[in-house]
Amino acid sequence: MNFPGFLSPQGIATIAFFVVVAVTLVGALIAVAARNIFHNVLGLAMSLIGVAGLFLYLNSPFVALMEILIYVGAICIAICFAIMLSEPLYLPRPPRKFTKILGAMAGSGLVFIFLLLLTKKTKWVPAAERSTDWSVTTIGHYLLTNYSLIFEVVSLLLLVAMLGAIVIARGGRGSS
Amino acid sequence: MLVFNQLETYLYLALLLFAIGLYGVLARRSLIAILISVELILNAASINFMAFNRFLAPHPAVGQVIALFIMAVAAAEAAIALSIIVAVYRKLKSINIEHATELRG
Repeated sequence: MNFPGFLSPQGIATIAFFVVVAVTLVGALIAVAARNIFHNVLGLAMSLIGVAGLFLYLNSPFVALMEILIYVGAICIAICFAIMLSEPLYLPRPPRKFTKILGAMAGSGLVFIFLLLLTKKTKWVPAAERSTDWSVTTIGHYLLTNYSLIFEVVSLLLLVAMLGAIVIARGGRGSS
Repeated sequence: MLVFNQLETYLYLALLLFAIGLYGVLARRSLIAILISVELILNAASINFMAFNRFLAPHPAVGQVIALFIMAVAAAEAAIALSIIVAVYRKLKSINIEHATELRG
């Protein structure tokens, strides 16, 4: 890995990439570490915007747009509504025992080390023939021809999830 | 070779995101915080798919279709989970998982 000059196009792209990576990781840390649940949601939104930036670097502006639209625009807002409909924020919450935090760190750390060694050890081989067709039109074609089953299954899944959510959550905060 | 044109960069990044999300699932007690951590894990998987799609896959549309599929499933999962959380709060007056022990034998 070599570092190009700061003002060359590659240098600026590299700096922007590191900014995107920092936004992703700092947002993820806020999402799991902050005590206030609203800060968690805002950290999640920050992290997801960073992930959308990564998708831009991976040549997929359509998926990046969908990421912001669906995750930040829909899921984070839905989580905010669920927070407002459930436990009030002023209630005191006792801090978690330090040994349990340590156990969680050890568990995720072990998985991290295992996957890190796995990633380091594997040789990734690109496909022999690679198409260079990155246009959104092609994705649309694939969604309506080869992957139309996925498309239909997803729409059915969303319909069932919507009905199920309405049935389960009907009634609001106070009633029993 | 630029740092953002290497497969390994994205794999390590997704790995870090996955580890952070797993820590959140294990360490937090609020159901909503656990849901947030699960979203982080799903995003790590999404980044992996997109990275393999960018650097290895024979056709670049396939990974994007799968990433969109993950997003739709995550949206459905979030809707169901949030409605369950609201129902649990109504029943127990708490969304702490240590209070949700009614199914314990």
